[in-house]
Amino acid sequence: MPVRHPERSAAKSRDLFVGQMKTGPSAALGVTALNRRFLLVGAAVVTLLPFEAAHATPEALAQVIKEVVGNGRLREGKVKIDVPPLIENGNTVPLTVTVDSPMSDADYVKAIHLFNEKNPQPHVFSATLTPRNGKARIGARIKLADTQKIVAVAEMSDGSFWTASADVIVTIAACIEDVN
Amino acid sequence: MANALINAPKTAKRGEAIEIKALILHPMETGFRPGTNGRMIPRNIIEFFSARWNGEEIFKMTFSPAIAANPFVSFFTIARESGKIDFLWTGDENFRVEESVSIVVT
Repeated sequence: MPVRHPERSAAKSRDLFVGQMKTGPSAALGVTALNRRFLLVGAAVVTLLPFEAAHATPEALAQVIKEVVGNGRLREGKVKIDVPPLIENGNTVPLTVTVDSPMSDADYVKAIHLFNEKNPQPHVFSATLTPRNGKARIGARIKLADTQKIVAVAEMSDGSFWTASADVIVTIAACIEDVN
Repeated sequence: MANALINAPKTAKRGEAIEIKALILHPMETGFRPGTNGRMIPRNIIEFFSARWNGEEIFKMTFSPAIAANPFVSFFTIARESGKIDFLWTGDENFRVEESVSIVVT
């Protein structure tokens, strides 16, 4: 019996909705217009997020990046995160971080750091590189506890810092217990 | 004990950047998950990975709990001379695994 309840109520509301559509299109229109407004606002927020990265990051993420960068300036560019935009299983998320660098003795990538926004801890990995690496590209598999943004920071031999971020949608989160 | 799997070319041209892939069996328990008894499962992760080519360090990486179970890492390195590449993983609970592959550079 209790199992049938949701079905029944769903059917009822569906009937109700159809009824509204038939009898009072203006009422139904009001509802959809409201939804549409929410959608539009939501879409605007989502599209704005990547451009406001420096301000929109939660404090823990901002602080851990600050620890790496110190007083240096963090600039967007040179770094590329290759990660599927939609992840089914947050327990294993394959990604590669590539930094645009000649990897010569004069100009190379010293370190690549990866951070996340919503896992219990913001740090994911830090890799140390030398000109010997030839190519500044690292692959790894990580865990993501939620739909979130991941941020890569590259430290260059000249002391400059470059960053890139990627938004990842996770359908099954890693360790769901963590999400609060 | 843990099993490590290295994927690296057996031969390479001198000066060529080759890709090396390393995989190791490890649960990478985060320390943030409760077990079936309701208590937190203690953290057990690999914290450090490094690779040496004939003794010279060519790559190192530190891991956080956010690295997936059975950590996989890929990186590039320039082939300079024939020899041995040694890999080392260390972590919690005195975890320590070494693995090596040999490579011929022409």
